[in-house]
Amino acid sequence: MATPQFASFFPDFYIERIWEKCIKCRRCVRECSYEAHIWDPKKKTLYEDHTKCVGCHRCEAMCPTKAIIIRRHPAEFREHALWTPWFIKNVYKQADQGGVLLTSTGCALPFKNYFDHLVLDACQVTNPPIDPLREPMELRTYIGPKPEALEIEEVDGKFRLKKKLPPMIKLEVPIMFAAMSYGAISLHVHQGLAKAARDLGTLYNTGEGGLHASLYEYGSNTIVQCASGRFGLHVDYLNAGVAIEIKIGQGAKPGIGGHLPGEKVTEEISKTRMIPVGSDAISPAPHHDIYSIEDLRGLIFALKEATEYKKLVFVKIAAVHNVAAIASGIVRAGADAVVIDGLKGGTGAAPTMFRDYIGIPIELAISAVDKRLREEGIRHRASIIASGGIRCSADVVKAIALGADAVYIGTAALIAVGCTMCQRCYTGKCPWGIATNNPELIKRLPPEVAYEKIYNLVKAWAHEIKEMLGAMGINSIESLKGNRDKLRAVGLTKEEMEILEVKHAGE
Amino acid sequence: MWNIALRAKELSGCGIAGIIHRKGELIPGEMILKAICCQYERGNGLGAGFAAYGIYPELHEYYALHVMAQNKQALEKVEEFLQKHTFLNFQEPIPTKKVKTIKDPPLFKRYFVRPKFDEEEAEFCDITAEDDRMVQLVMEINEKIDGAYVISSGKNMGVFKGVGFPDEIAEFFRIDEYKAFIWTAHNRFPTNTPGWWGGAHPFTILDWSIVHNGEISSYGTNRRYLELFGYKCTLLTDTEVVAYILDLLIRKHGLPLELACKAMAPPFWMEIDEMPEEERELYTAIRILYGGAVLNGPFAILFAYNGGLVGLNDRVKLRPLVAASKGDLYFMASEEAAIRAICPDPERVWAPKAGEPVIVEMEEGVIPNQKSYLKPRPAEVKEDALRIGYLPPLLFSSK
Ligand code: SF4
Ligand code: SF4
Repeated sequence: MATPQFASFFPDFYIERIWEKCIKCRRCVRECSYEAHIWDPKKKTLYEDHTKCVGCHRCEAMCPTKAIIIRRHPAEFREHALWTPWFIKNVYKQADQGGVLLTSTGCALPFKNYFDHLVLDACQVTNPPIDPLREPMELRTYIGPKPEALEIEEVDGKFRLKKKLPPMIKLEVPIMFAAMSYGAISLHVHQGLAKAARDLGTLYNTGEGGLHASLYEYGSNTIVQCASGRFGLHVDYLNAGVAIEIKIGQGAKPGIGGHLPGEKVTEEISKTRMIPVGSDAISPAPHHDIYSIEDLRGLIFALKEATEYKKLVFVKIAAVHNVAAIASGIVRAGADAVVIDGLKGGTGAAPTMFRDYIGIPIELAISAVDKRLREEGIRHRASIIASGGIRCSADVVKAIALGADAVYIGTAALIAVGCTMCQRCYTGKCPWGIATNNPELIKRLPPEVAYEKIYNLVKAWAHEIKEMLGAMGINSIESLKGNRDKLRAVGLTKEEMEILEVKHAGE
Repeated sequence: MWNIALRAKELSGCGIAGIIHRKGELIPGEMILKAICCQYERGNGLGAGFAAYGIYPELHEYYALHVMAQNKQALEKVEEFLQKHTFLNFQEPIPTKKVKTIKDPPLFKRYFVRPKFDEEEAEFCDITAEDDRMVQLVMEINEKIDGAYVISSGKNMGVFKGVGFPDEIAEFFRIDEYKAFIWTAHNRFPTNTPGWWGGAHPFTILDWSIVHNGEISSYGTNRRYLELFGYKCTLLTDTEVVAYILDLLIRKHGLPLELACKAMAPPFWMEIDEMPEEERELYTAIRILYGGAVLNGPFAILFAYNGGLVGLNDRVKLRPLVAASKGDLYFMASEEAAIRAICPDPERVWAPKAGEPVIVEMEEGVIPNQKSYLKPRPAEVKEDALRIGYLPPLLFSSK
């Protein structure tokens, strides 16, 4: 007798087909990469395998007659506050397979979201709000180390700089695209991100999967990543962008390396990553040449040497308990920017336990890191880039008011190109053509569409940020940086407000 | 008396006026009083003040500390502190007059001091260190001694300010008995904070004094920026940051006055992008490095130091400012009427452009301790030396 697979008895979703509407065109069968819709040629009808549905809503969106509704499966377990269906089903899965629970995207648990407990200020009477439609409103931001004082000289009655500034990166909008590797997401998405970054005057990040030959032309809007797997890393790659990001960790899975399942490693990916087709690309947890902060310093300067000190070096870490001290060490080790990726940061593949339970919220981390760097008098030596869980332009404003110089968005950019947060990117079957390399599936999202959506999103956010700044009575983003006066807490404890350095609303 | 709820920031509209004589001739107090009283409608009786330069010529080598105290005990604490950390040359109560409308004024006393360094720290005894030390002492008193504030701390200058209309405050401090080569004055209209004596303008540090009409929406950013360098904002009004920014950018970092003004009211990026290369690099650098010093929001300010008077507007000019001159006298005020009240026939009257400073420096060598900030000076090289906190910490605990 075959061993029963308990997990398959209790599907998560229920595919409801409205038969009066269905014209049996079989579009759903073609659209579903998980084969949840099945055509029976003998009976000339359709049936569903609910256990296979991941809730991506692709069929629902594509059905020409809107005959499909995807619902949570209505079957219920008896109530139990502790043993909710989530835990019961996870135990079934692991008892069936004996494996690590895998998932994608960022932390799905309802931990307190601090952004949602912070409100912004606006001018009334005493100080006129500024209208960004009629007055200039500036979002330009520079990333990189800055001297504390300028040296000026006077030549022929004119002032000029005695010493040029060290290299820095100019952003026209303080929103960059977070590392998402080619492989984890499709080449089309990468192309869209690169082009959008160029037209928006910002940067995208290659992630750890190397750089596809077609993307070298976007170099001045590119951050290349150097992670522990060192995939696709060679000197041309390092020199291809304007910055190199050493990835120590990421918010979705602090303490472990990147993971690209073999299913996603196609011919093109294998060439770019310099690994065999179909092999799992699993980055080691540590960099094998970094076992201490001195080693990190060694790598930072090795990269700077290799690129003749023309490129900035960012170091990305997951926000963990001791994030402030770690960030301080990173800045002292010579990093030009520290990237902090919070608990809610996304991923293409992570063990569920890591995604949901490891790391701390980004809001607290930004404030703690900014504070520590300021106390140590080294805040000017590096920029702070915040990422993980930034969902709207107000989140960006709040992150900057908490002390970040700029933010990264990842998940938001993917949602912009159609992601429905089904959290199954690791399967490589993304029905929306985003987190997949299947040549049939990637056709569903052409690069031009990806570009347009991502461009629109950031353009809209930039506009909203300008409106919010104007309402606060300031006309350039630098006057928002660390400006806690613009924030008030609603429903936070004293301790939380102390860490965030904000007052309670009404104070 | 001061157990009012202080806000970290105040919002206000106001009237301001300033006069300077370029040859250092003394101007009677009545003149500035007339100019500020002419702008009566710009205040609501909740604050007025005056800064006067050149009023202590015999003691010009000493920092003149004007101290405001809530009671005798606070004053005693200040004195104990000064005994320990300064050479005290002379002290006296600031002469005041009873004014009917002014109820329960605080105590005012002035001390003429030079900071003291302990022997083992003798190496810090040069002039810049003396200024730094003075800044540190003032911050310490303001932060740590309950109920006492140093309201001015420059050499050969002093500030007189309080809660009342300008004529009342002038009468209280007997402004008509002083003569100065630079005067500034302020008439305050705070809109959402109770008036308190420490919250009146001018605000000062060393010989920098500021009067301000406007609101600094970037206060939170400015305050945090200044904290990086050891400045502590204790007076709970936004204007305070302007004094410290001037001190940091000009005295500590050696920026010429004009560029320091450009750091506070910078040109827009679209203007910078159009500049010729060298200028573009300069202004780009100013904006990148001094983003924390940008005064964002509507403002008109006048600031003075031993040797000059400067007027500055925000970069879109949302508050009024007018300048005028006649011979060696230069005038600046919120309204032209204020100038015409004391100088009916100026040779030149003009409205300064947004973000363009009006800088009037005195002729060289006409006053003691004269300072000129038109030229760039080398920033202090050692990174840490740019911070006030770099000086030996004070052993003091009064709270
Ligand atoms: S796509 Fe819609 S109409 Fe076509 S077969 Fe599927 S359910 Fe029926
Ligand atoms: S990218 Fe695709 S697979 Fe991943 S969550 Fe979004 S829709 Fe699902």
